[in-house]
Amino acid sequence: MLLLKSPAVRVGLSVAVATGLYGLSFGALSVAAGLDVLQTMALSLLLFSGGSQFAFIGVVAGGGSGISAMSAAALLGIRNGVYGMQLNVLLRPPRWRKLVMAHLTIDESAATASGQRDPDEQRRGFWAAGIGVFALWNLFTLLGAVVGNAMGDPARWGLDGAAVAAFLGLLWPRIRAREPAAIAVVCAVITLVAVPFVPSGVPILIAAVVAAVLGLSGFVPPSEGLEPDVEPYAPGAPRGGA
Amino acid sequence: MSLWGWILVACAVSIATKFLGFLVPARLLDNPRMLRVAGSLTIGLLAALTATNTVASGQSLVVDARVAALVAAAVALWLRAPFLVVVLVGALAAGLARLLGAA
Repeated sequence: MLLLKSPAVRVGLSVAVATGLYGLSFGALSVAAGLDVLQTMALSLLLFSGGSQFAFIGVVAGGGSGISAMSAAALLGIRNGVYGMQLNVLLRPPRWRKLVMAHLTIDESAATASGQRDPDEQRRGFWAAGIGVFALWNLFTLLGAVVGNAMGDPARWGLDGAAVAAFLGLLWPRIRAREPAAIAVVCAVITLVAVPFVPSGVPILIAAVVAAVLGLSGFVPPSEGLEPDVEPYAPGAPRGGA
Repeated sequence: MSLWGWILVACAVSIATKFLGFLVPARLLDNPRMLRVAGSLTIGLLAALTATNTVASGQSLVVDARVAALVAAAVALWLRAPFLVVVLVGALAAGLARLLGAA
């Protein structure tokens, strides 16, 4: 097929497989957190942003309120708005197409598109990663949720340990320099200090305020932290497009 | 509001955030402060979520099998394991730690 000859499409599809597979862990952890299969699928179909979805169920699993969970997900999703602005400049879509593109705007589709130089390849990369991740992420979320439902007690299977690993796995690729590492440590410490004093879920929002202030103060170089969960382009590999 | 309600609000906010990005004028991107805040928010929130999921239990701090999961996941990430493997390693470590008598 002609489309599969496009480097951007191949990159997009391989990112889709890798990202889709970790939808399994989201599905399983979501039902372990107490959501049902339908609620889990609503998050994957409609919210559709891995980090925010994990944040939502992470707060619920810790006994946090619905409003704390929603706030954490909303704050973590702000970077998607930035990707939207970048993609709008990069791909210059017609107005009617923006709504669909907006829904598919996530770490992976933005990174796949911006890693290409040729405008046609950027466009193909966006759609391949966006549609590919959407399809597989939802498929594997459903599978994970159904399997998770059948597993019973989450602690017995180490699912609470899986949640810890998932959050560290989302954080890890974003720590590439000293400044982001410092922000991570400061926010983690502040969160833990706050835990005994405020209701569950609120410590995370306090950490968000601190992170925003650190960002405003110009402590970090721009665009630190805006890295995809699954890096489409291996370090040192050619970035395609000619 | 019920959990369902907050789920739907979270979905609506996510869709609105993404769409808003496509509507605002491009010159906002020239503002490095906005990129900085979006980036540091992402890092700070993920670090906070990692911390609470590791040692918070309601409103108290406890050291249990989840700490083993954190350490094992860090080793897996350091060895460049893919995300799903990292998650499985975390689950395995917590399970093993419990078998060995951790809370």
